Order: sequence, then structure tokens, then C-alpha cells
Amino acid sequence: MFPSKFEYRRVASVDEAVSILSQEEDAKILAGGHSLIPLMKLRLASPELLVDITKIENMSYIREDDGEIAIGALTRHHALETSELLAREVPVLPAVAATVGDPAVRHCGTLGGTASHGDGASDLPAALLALDATFVAKGPKGERRIAAKDFFTGFLETALAPFEVLTEIRVPKGYRSYSFQKFNRRAQDWAIVGVVAVRNGTTNIGYVNMGVTPLRATAVEQQLASGASDDDAAAAAAAGLTPPSDINGSSEYRAHLAGVLVRRALSELG
Amino acid sequence: MSAAEAKGGVVGTRKLRREDPELLVGQAKFGDDLAIPGALYMVLVRSPFAHAKIQSIESEAALGVPGVVGVYTAADLAGEWAGPMPCAWPVTPDMKNPPHYPLAAEFARYAGDGVAAVVATSKMAAVDAAALVSVEYEELTPVLDLEEAASDATVIYQDFGTNTSFVWTLEPDPDGVRQAFDQAAVVVTEHYVHPRLIPAAMEPRTIAAVPSPMGDEYTVYSSTQIPHILRVMLALTAGISETKLRVVAPSVGGAFGSKLDVYAEELLCLALARKLRQPVRFTEERGESTMATVHGRGQVQQIELAADQNGKVLAVRANILADMGAYLQLVTPGVPLLGAFLYHGLYDIPHYSFTCTGVFTNKTPTDAYRGAGRPEATFAIERGMDTLADKLGIDPAEIRRRNFIAADKFPYSSAAGLSFDSGNYGPNLEKALELAGYSSLREKQAQRIAAGDNHLLGVGISCYVEMCGLAPSRVLGALSYGAGGWEAATVRVLPTAKVQVVTGTAPHGQGHETSWSMIVADRLGVPPEDIEVLHSDTAISPLGMDSYGSRSLSVGGSALFLAADKVVEKARKIAAHQLEVAEEDLDFVGGSFKVKGSPEREMPLAGIAFEAFTAHNLPDGLEPNLEASVTWDPPNFTFPFGTHIAVVDVDQETGDVDLLRYIAVDDCGNQINPMIVEGQIHGGIAQGVAQALFEEAVYDTSGTLVTASLADYLVPSAAELPSFELANTVTPSPTNPLGVKGIGEAGAIGSAPAVINAIVDALSHLGVTDCPMPATPERVWKLLQQAKAH
Ligand SMILES: Cc1cc2nc3c(=O)[nH]c(=O)nc-3n(C[C@H](O)[C@H](O)[C@H](O)COP(=O)(O)OP(=O)(O)OC[C@H]3O[C@@H](n4cnc5c(N)ncnc54)[C@H](O)[C@@H]3O)c2cc1C
Repeated sequence: MFPSKFEYRRVASVDEAVSILSQEEDAKILAGGHSLIPLMKLRLASPELLVDITKIENMSYIREDDGEIAIGALTRHHALETSELLAREVPVLPAVAATVGDPAVRHCGTLGGTASHGDGASDLPAALLALDATFVAKGPKGERRIAAKDFFTGFLETALAPFEVLTEIRVPKGYRSYSFQKFNRRAQDWAIVGVVAVRNGTTNIGYVNMGVTPLRATAVEQQLASGASDDDAAAAAAAGLTPPSDINGSSEYRAHLAGVLVRRALSELG
Repeated sequence: MSAAEAKGGVVGTRKLRREDPELLVGQAKFGDDLAIPGALYMVLVRSPFAHAKIQSIESEAALGVPGVVGVYTAADLAGEWAGPMPCAWPVTPDMKNPPHYPLAAEFARYAGDGVAAVVATSKMAAVDAAALVSVEYEELTPVLDLEEAASDATVIYQDFGTNTSFVWTLEPDPDGVRQAFDQAAVVVTEHYVHPRLIPAAMEPRTIAAVPSPMGDEYTVYSSTQIPHILRVMLALTAGISETKLRVVAPSVGGAFGSKLDVYAEELLCLALARKLRQPVRFTEERGESTMATVHGRGQVQQIELAADQNGKVLAVRANILADMGAYLQLVTPGVPLLGAFLYHGLYDIPHYSFTCTGVFTNKTPTDAYRGAGRPEATFAIERGMDTLADKLGIDPAEIRRRNFIAADKFPYSSAAGLSFDSGNYGPNLEKALELAGYSSLREKQAQRIAAGDNHLLGVGISCYVEMCGLAPSRVLGALSYGAGGWEAATVRVLPTAKVQVVTGTAPHGQGHETSWSMIVADRLGVPPEDIEVLHSDTAISPLGMDSYGSRSLSVGGSALFLAADKVVEKARKIAAHQLEVAEEDLDFVGGSFKVKGSPEREMPLAGIAFEAFTAHNLPDGLEPNLEASVTWDPPNFTFPFGTHIAVVDVDQETGDVDLLRYIAVDDCGNQINPMIVEGQIHGGIAQGVAQALFEEAVYDTSGTLVTASLADYLVPSAAELPSFELANTVTPSPTNPLGVKGIGEAGAIGSAPAVINAIVDALSHLGVTDCPMPATPERVWKLLQQAKAH
């Protein structure tokens, strides 16, 4: 469990990070390290340079900004879990954050890291997708904003360019009604299937581990929008999807679970 | 000295473990913590294939890595061995045992089989170099499924012409069994599969072989539970005189049987240290340990019960296939035989038949794992009893009552040929039922069914008896085991009245230092704090048979108890001499000899110890010093028993099983430290529940282990378990002076069937009659789908 040899640089600003990333061929940002370091130890990733952004100041915050909630990319899962502002305005985020891994993971992992990693099995990205979050990225040409529906592009792939730094995640206020159904076998495990449902007039549903990226339960949402009952909408949970198969569950079982969990989530929504 | 006379009042109390402070603050030294100047690091190159011919090994690139000292193949080390790696339990005269050397030469037989050893001045260099060793393999068809292996469709060892290593039969009266089945009103035939389990001790294996600066002597530090046996085996296999070998087990972070072995890496470190004249060390990585450390269980069972109309069982016939894996490790073939005598459970069943076929597969070798053979036996009979009860419409508790060996039948001669030391099963079951609130649970269960609740309730009972305290040496001999089962102890009262206790047991988490000091404290009347317990170093404790098979207390503790008494007897002679009275006129109370009738005339043990040391005034012919040693060979096994009750909630929609309550009433005879007893039961239950609900070594069709990390191999944590509700009954064993029975494995033996019985109980009204282990949500969901389709 030793990674290959790599160089390490700690940066003091986003600009410094961007400038290094633009110059170096095989560099990776290091945030909480709880996705990247395991991959490196298994030698599934062998970057030549790690750019540690965790000492950049003012990148860990949760605040109201322009009618939205702005969350700094370095905000740890634990901070989401315990934020009073989020508990009031976007209560789904603390609820989801509280189920990520174990306390050690939650004290290290960052929201920016889990979003940038773009793993379809991760919990918080599915919540951000359900919330229609906006991702703020900084690159050599300045800042740009990416909508959640355009952010998760493929297996461990996002819309971020290799030289871009995700600096902030913005989520709308108002989704006070939520349900998070995480089905796993042990408390600290990843979800076999997870369902994040939020409602603010319309109902948005995000899926954990139903595909290679975080997904929206589009068919269910459409059914609900056209007035279907919760049960009927839930029956469409796996429509058009090919969930993964692994030792924790076959594709067929995941499809079934999605239906059960969506129904349970809908019945919990206010 | 009578027991009452010596009662010092420490035994039986919940004394905190003296081992814990240094473990909790991280001061304990495990193998990898040892500072060994100049040590080289060994890393193995392992076969990624389950079955392959090794075509060539190219090590040039690896040798170019800075810090690499050498890359060694089987051929390079062929001259180092006096013999193959040992299997100490040839269970039948014709047992097939493939030659097994520390590195594979021609063929790799499982994914993880070592093919080359890389030695470097740093672990990092060794890891990098190992990745550069290029091995060319020709892949061969792997033999993975146990029943397919037994069919010999593909044979692993061509020389044998079969995958069967041995067939072992225990059939004391074949005619009686046949008649019982012919005449039975009911016959139950069941098939059960025990998944392979990965022991997953918290500390992976660590080894360091250190040559002495003076010459040909070696100290081997190993995270082993058998330092004494290891020394013998290393001497024989590496061809080093036993007198030149010292084996030390530092703090060992759990083992569960997986460190009851002689491993390739131990031999490699020793041979390479000898070759290179430098210390060589090895620490297994977690992923590596899932393949390179033995697995447990791995059985396919058929059990048949013949019973009369009232559910009284007349005969049991068990036929099992046991997965040996690719090679026979130290006691691999013997593991199923530790259960061979117990397929009738704690029931008075007059006719008995057992057959075990040991089969090779291209998987990690199996060996002892907590319970070793007895969890398998208990599972078969306890699942079988439930099935029989269901068939006859008898309550599962009632069918057990009807079949228990009656309390007045002890010592009980079983049809399988054992003599059960003591037991009183009925009251133990009733106590558990009462604690569980059995009848109210049954009411709640019925209510949920009537209400059409998605969440069903299941109650599972498992009664167990096991044989442990390994073991009477003669019996081991009769079973062809390659060693004895005695244990040695020395008690030494130093001139300052501090006490040194030397034990041959090798604790690796069980708290022997605490318990042993309590036993001796009471015998000698000294505070436990004044007693030091020395162990796990063959230079300090040269005699011992180590710790496994729930033997340490009943055998090692008994040796200690007797050694302490021997010290008291010697002290009595000195006291009588100096007080000028007859030995019979002395009472030994509270650590002091008092003259009967005039207790003001006394001589405390402390004073006697000093007298024994100066030897100025000892009785004629008495040797100086206050020390005694005992080697004790137990006359019988001990037979702890108990009742475990699991209460589960099954979510029909998802198949998720939630263990709501767990009630365990265990009987391990007298208890030295009830807190340590509870700790052992807690851990054991967790492991049995793990087998029932979570853990399974899963291989893909190419023979790659897919559960090779703790993210995929699901060891449960406290969060997945309820607070256990424990109680006990006390039926002392008459076969040892402490009246104790083993408790190290009991929790793991009783628990898996309780949980599976509970799941089947929850679903039986839907037509479900069995549930595979582990009962994953998907498996349970599928069971329900199938049942509902019928
Ligand atoms: C034992 C364990 C259990 C876990 N369980 C769960 C679980 O149950 N649910 C779950 O959702 N997750 C789980 N995780 C993952 C955890 O949430 C990770 O912390 C998270 O996925 C990644 O965040 P990080 O800050 O650690 O990112 P890192 O590991 O540092 O980085 C991850 C990736 O994102 C890139 N990156 C990081 N920050 C930025 C940025 N600001 N801009 C651009 N790129 C960036 C990195 O270069 C890297 O490619 C678990 C992890 C572990 C180790």
C-alpha cells in the first residue's frame, strides 16, 4: 500500500494552483485526500505531482450569498453535517453528509473533493444534482459557472478541465422538505443504492450508485410533475437506467431497491 | 490445601485487564513496531492467478532498483530447506499432502501463492522492485467450486489423480444407524454451505528474523499464537538446531486461529537472514493478508436426522465436504474433525455416523478459525433440529427439551465416543427463553403477520455444546495429531515476595496476564499486582503448547493452579520447620501459615520466600528457593454449552435483516474474571453474526478474490450489532482443578445458527425453509421472490 513516487507542493492561493496545474503535465489537486490517496495506494492513480490546496485561506465556508447558499470547496463533510445555516435552509445536505463513511472520513473529505471526483457511488454529488447546484470553477482564463446537470459527465469525469480548480458550490434555498434513503449493509459503507429527494413545489430526485455518474430520477420526476401518485411514480424508478452489478447487489436488485426507496422517500416528503 | 482455605477473593471478580492501558495509549509493541537496526525488508511477488504454470521469472529490472539486495525464487532457495512446510495432522494414513515449500517452483496453486521474494534496505524499495519482477505464467483451469473439485473433473495435483486429500469416517455402529433410518417416522435431510471466511485479525502478520551478532543463533519475532510449536517447526523445516532458535511473539493483535500456523514468510525471513547474515523482516499488508493468511470454514454439509413421531431423534448421519484450499497448512485436515464428534449437538442421540472428505481447491489454504469444526457441526444440528421441529409442528424450544442429554447422565458417553464432562442443559435453555421473553416474542410475531406488516419478526434458538481445552495428549495421538496437549507453568516467589509466573500459553488478546495473576493471587494470598506473568518467549518460557482451541485456561490455568499449590506445599515445609510444628498443624490463610489453635504464631509467605532464598535454615534435603513447575496433561476435553437466541426484523421489500436483540446464556463452568468471559462472548457472537449476515470470501470465476479489502469483506462493527443480553449458568467441569471450561470460541459456535434460524423463522409462513450464509439483503429478497412465486 505505497503509492508510486510523487512530488508534493502546497499552494497558498487558487491562482497559484491554477498556474502550476497549467504548467505541469501530470499534476492532481489534493484536497481531503480520501478519494485520491486510496487510489494512489492501490496504484490505480500515479500522478507525478500533488498540489495541496488545503492551506488556501477562505475556501472553507457556508454562507448566504445573493439569495443562495455558497459553500467553499474546502468545506469538510463534518462542517456540512453540523452547520446551523444548512440545517435551516438546505437540511438535506447535513443529513446526507452525516452518512458519508465514518467520522474520520467526514473530518477529512471536502465537498469540492467529492464533487470533483464525480463518483456515481458518492452521496453528496447526488444531493447537489438533486438541488440543481451551481459549480464555480477557476482556470487560467478566470471564473466560470457550471450547472449541476452539465457537471457530471462520465465515469469519474466532470466538466472541470485538468487545470481548473473548483472553488465554490452554490445551492438554492427553499428545498426544506427532503428525504435521504441510503441503503447499505454497514453503517460506514457506501450506498448500494441511495435516493435523495427534495421538494420545493416541484420534486427533484437524485440517485446514488444507480449509474456511473450521479443521476436524476428523470422518469419519476416527470410522472410526479404530470400528477401521478407516489406509488405509480416510484414504479418508474429504474426506467431507462442500467444500474451497476457488483458483489453488494445485482443490477436487477438495484433497480428493485430504487423503486422501494423512491416510494419511501416520497412518503417522507412534506 | 482445600479450595476454601485458599480463597483470597480475587477470582470471580470483574478486575480490569492489566494489558489494556498500554494497548489503549499505543505503547504496546507489535511486531512492526520493533526497532531492529540494519533490518532488510522482504516483499513477496505473488501469483495473480489461481492456477498457473510458472514459465519464467525475470528479475533484472527489480535488481536495478536502488536499495534492492536480492530477488529470490524457489530455485534460489532450494538448498535452504530440510523439508517441506509442515502439516502436523495427517488424519488418515493415506492422506494426500502435496509438497509445499515457501515459494512455488513450477506451479502457482492459488491467487496469492508466493513465487519470488524481494529483499531491500527499505520497504518502499522492496515494494517498487516487486512490481518490476516479471513472471511469465501459463494459465491453467482453476478448480474453485468444492463439489466440482470433489468430482475430479479437473485435477489440481496430477500425481494424485484426484482432488480428494482424505476420507475420514466415524461409524461406530453402521447397522444401528441404518436401522434407525429404516424405522424412523420422520427423516430430515438438509444441505448447508459454510462460506469461506477471512479471519481479518486487526494486526496483519509481522515477522522479523534476527541473527545473533555472535554467530549461528536466530531470534524470530512473529505475530504468532504458537511460539513454541513454531520453534519446533522452524527448526525442522529450516534445518536449524532448536537450541539455536528463539521465538518471541510480541504483542499480537488478534489471530482467531489464523496465527496458529507455520507460514512461508516465517521460513523465508529465517532462511534469508541466515543467507544474508542480516535481520530480515516482513509485514503483511491488509489486502495481501486476505489471500496469504489462511481462511476459515468452507464446508458443504449434508445432515440427516431420523426421528420418531414425537420428535425424539434416533440417529444422525453427517456427510461433509471440507475445502482444504491449495495446500495443507499446519492443522488444515484436522479442523473438520474437531467437529466430527459433535453433529448430535447436546442431544441424546443413540446412533451416529460421520464422514468427512477433504478436498483441494485453487484457493487460499484453510485452517483453524474461531471454533474450528465446531461452529460447522453446531450449525448443521441446530438448523436440522429447527427443520425437524417445523416438519412435526413442534415448537423449536420444545423439540430441544425433548432431546437434551438428561442432567443425571453425566459424565455422558456419546454415541460418537466422547465422554461429556458435565452439563445441565434444560435450565440453561429456560433461562434464555425467559430473558428473551419468548412467548411474548411469539405473540408479536403473530401480530405482525396478521397485520400484514412489511417488517417480519423472527426468533432463532441455537443450543450448543462444544469440546475444547485441547487436549488429552493420548486422545490427540489417537487422532494422529503430531503433538501433545499438555501445558506447562512455573510459579516463582522471588526473595522480595514478588511473584513471577511463567506460562506456556501465548495470549494474543485474551487477557491471560490478568486472569493468570488472579488465579495465583488467590492461591498464594498475594496481591495480583505483585505477580508478573511471563509468556510468549521461548527463552523465558521454554515449555508450552500455546493458545488455541479454548485451551489456555482449562489446561494452562490448571497447570498454573497446581504449580502455585506446589509452591505452597514447599513453603509449608519451611514454615513447619521454622515454627517447629508438624505440617498438618498449619493453616494457610491470607498468605500466611498460622499454627492451628494459636494463630499469633505465624509465618507469612513473604518471610518464607526470603528464608528459601538465603537457605540458612531449611529442612534437611529441601532445595533452596521457592519455585515450582508443573506440566499438566488434561484427562479430558471440557464441554461448555449454552443457549443463544437471536431476534431479527426482516424487511420484506428490501430483504434487509436487522438483528434486533441477541440473548446468550453461556455455561463455561467457574469464571475467573466474568468481564473477560463477557468480552470473549461478545467477540465470538460478533464473528458468528458476521458469518450469518456479512462475511464471505468471494472469488470470481477466474479464481481472483474479489473481497480482498475491508471495503468489500464486510466485517461488522458495533454499529451493526445490538447490545448483547448476556447471562450464565455455572456447571463446573470435574476434569480440571479450576472447574473451568473454555469460552474463547463458544460465542462463535452458538451464534450463526441462531441468526439463520431466526431468519427462516421469520419467513417460514411464506414457505421459506432455508437461507444461505451470509444472508445478504439481495439473497433474502430473492428467497422471498421465489417463495411468493410458488
Ligand atoms: C473509508 C472511506 C469511506 C467513504 N465512504 C463514503 C461514503 O459512504 N459516501 C461518499 O459519498 N463518500 C465516501 N468516501 C469518499 C469521501 O467522501 C471523500 O472524501 C470524497 O469523495 C473526496 O473528497 P476529498 O476532499 O477527500 O478529495 P480528494 O481525495 O483530495 O480528491 C478527489 C479528487 O478530486 C480532485 N479535487 C479535489 N478537490 C478539488 C477541487 N477543489 N477542484 C478540482 N479538483 C479537486 C482531486 O484532484 C481528486 O482527483 C469514503 C472515503 C473513504 C476513505
